[in-house]
Amino acid sequence: MLYRESGQFKTSYTADMAVFPIREDKIGIALIMLGALIVPFVATDFFLASVAIPFLVYVLAAIGLNILTGYTGLISLGTGAFMGVGAYACYKLTTYFPDVNIIIWILVSGFFSAAIGIVFGLPSLRIKGFYLAVATLAAQFFLEWCFVRISWLYNDNASGAIEVPRRTLAGMPITGANALPEVRYLILLALVVLLTWIASNVVHGRIGRSWMAIRDMDIAAELIGIRPLKTKLLAFAVSSYYAGVSGACMMFLWYGGGEAADLFNINQSFNILFMVIIGGLGSLIGAFFGAAFISSLPTVLKFGLPAIGIPIAGATAEHITFLLVGFLIIFFLIVEPHGLARLWQIAKQKLRLWPFPY
Amino acid sequence: MTFRKLAVGAALAALMAGASTAALAQDQITIYSNSYRTGPFSGSGIPVANGIGDYMAMLNERDGGIGGARINWVECETGYDTKKSVECYEQGKAQGSVLYLPWSTGATLAAIPRAHVDKIPILSMAYGLSAAADGKNFPWVFNPPLTYWDGAQVFLQHAAQKEGGGLDKLKGKKIGLIHLDAPYGKEPIPILENLAKKHGFELLLYPIPAKEMQNQGSVWLNIRRDRPDWILLQGWGAMNPTAVKEAAKNNFPMDRMVGIWWAGGDDDARAGAAEAKGYKSISWHQVGANFPVIQDIVKHVVEKGKSQTEKGKVGEALYNRTVYQGIILAEAIRNAQKLSGKKVITGEDLRRGLESLTISEARWTELGAPGFASPLKITCDDHSGHHAAFIIEWDGSKWVKASDPIVPDKSVVRPLMLEAAQDYVSKNAGWPQRTEPCDARS
Repeated sequence: MLYRESGQFKTSYTADMAVFPIREDKIGIALIMLGALIVPFVATDFFLASVAIPFLVYVLAAIGLNILTGYTGLISLGTGAFMGVGAYACYKLTTYFPDVNIIIWILVSGFFSAAIGIVFGLPSLRIKGFYLAVATLAAQFFLEWCFVRISWLYNDNASGAIEVPRRTLAGMPITGANALPEVRYLILLALVVLLTWIASNVVHGRIGRSWMAIRDMDIAAELIGIRPLKTKLLAFAVSSYYAGVSGACMMFLWYGGGEAADLFNINQSFNILFMVIIGGLGSLIGAFFGAAFISSLPTVLKFGLPAIGIPIAGATAEHITFLLVGFLIIFFLIVEPHGLARLWQIAKQKLRLWPFPY
Repeated sequence: MTFRKLAVGAALAALMAGASTAALAQDQITIYSNSYRTGPFSGSGIPVANGIGDYMAMLNERDGGIGGARINWVECETGYDTKKSVECYEQGKAQGSVLYLPWSTGATLAAIPRAHVDKIPILSMAYGLSAAADGKNFPWVFNPPLTYWDGAQVFLQHAAQKEGGGLDKLKGKKIGLIHLDAPYGKEPIPILENLAKKHGFELLLYPIPAKEMQNQGSVWLNIRRDRPDWILLQGWGAMNPTAVKEAAKNNFPMDRMVGIWWAGGDDDARAGAAEAKGYKSISWHQVGANFPVIQDIVKHVVEKGKSQTEKGKVGEALYNRTVYQGIILAEAIRNAQKLSGKKVITGEDLRRGLESLTISEARWTELGAPGFASPLKITCDDHSGHHAAFIIEWDGSKWVKASDPIVPDKSVVRPLMLEAAQDYVSKNAGWPQRTEPCDARS
């Protein structure tokens, strides 16, 4: 009833091809943005630091992997390592140039990740599918080895940990222990909005179309004049860029220093792959759903269940969280194999006709 | 869309905040303790969580808490994962925990900067960042009774004694360090490297990544090739029993392998069966259940079915180690109550309580633990104390004391530690200057 497009006429091609063609969607997005801005003022520190900030960090990583796997059809198991490259790059950059604003370095560190991504993306020209997954696994192992063994990366710290120094923006600490969760959240939110907007424009434009052409049939794409070398490597670069920025954000805006090598291990790569698969391949909103499902749900269950009076704690909470999340993964994949994004689409479709379906 | 998730989360978080204020209404002190009863480190994590948890439960049962305030002991499961530990820290902070017990060096490192801002003391008993023993720079971190650096020095002293004299006897020897490739395992490397130069022994490092913990074959191949004279085992969880088994399999002389205290669990040594006889570890307290305090735990908690501990495991090395921690923590809380004059203390009070903590020999007896451990003293300057430790040996079925107390050489360890602390402070730009006043001792 509320969600109806009748009466909304498109008078230009631009309007017809808009990302959000329906007015209600635009209002919805505006409301969500507003809500996201209000969150830091109403939520507790715990919610911000342990649910909202990790969620936003994972959204970036999931968008990155979605570009590669969802839009270009190249499976990667190296996302965790590419995130690590971003984190270490950012750490080195801010060590050498402490006066440059950390936000700039977070954005720049993605380029280092992109460069590494291109190198490890080269095999994708020859190999496909599961074989490519194995090749990117090599990237994961090799880079993880570098994170532990090249002590220059963590400034020769004896414990191998990254120590995040205090960096400020307009006099306000944004990294380090003094940074308020609200501030870190808002900065992260700004980064996520900016990068999602860029990603949305890229995937809806010429580049995104060439990626999808490669995904759907690479020989046909080549025949119509899309160069696989350039396109695939670009997908690797952009994907790794997002992963790298996500890694830098993870280290500097969420974690605030500590043992880094362990953070970017193979489990991390799998986690992000699951986010993409459960959220929905080839969909940006799927990245948001997937990140919320895989990253935030366990935390909310673990700490939320005792809070609403279900008395489970300690190891039992952990076991039950595992069980529940596992069950939900199976449930959602049976209900809708194309991920949560597809469920959302179906819901919207139904809503358009509600309450008078044909 | 995401808003729904956020809204649900926000509602839950609001509920959590509501629950915490309700809890504060009674006379109770909330303490969050990380634990890992799941995952590859649970072999060590379970006895460690049981010991201190049972002791606190016993105090609640026997004395109704500490100084009239019940202890609300909450375990937060981490699976030895630093990310989850950080979550638990945030949760503890939100729930008004007066202390943070990280139970992992990685988690300690992640929490140290936060703790100084949030004013929550960290008690990392004989683990964590060794340099944090410098109370001037780390007013909120405590690592009594000794640090890994002291442990490494004690190990060297023991090795030298067995070689027939002072540390100069180690010249030309090969000393191996088998360590978990994580902050915990890497912690003693700087001091060993430094002492290797000083005393002229060769240091061989055998890092074992967490995912290879139960697959140490290749490392032991290297050990067979290098033939180190002594081995220090800095392992945790499933890594320890595997290392002991491998040592037995590779015919490494058991009495020349010394585990740091966390590698000295009963289950760790038991894994090596008969061949593990002679395996050594470092300890600073007695093992066994023949102490009134342990008997009280059995009577009030274990036999009443209020514990997750099997009765046979009470009194084992790791269990007693965290009973020790429970005792010093309880003493610190009493001290804090005395200093602040409040029943329900805050994190700041507990920091003061820890900082001026003294446990004399007579006090150990009063606490039901005569001869359990040597007297303890923490000062504003020295948050560890560099107390003496001794060697214990596995006799095939239990740990027995195998040496006199060995005092770590403070003149060697302390300057290096202060240097490391200074280095840490300079790397963490914006590190707060200590403003906390130093309490007079009671």
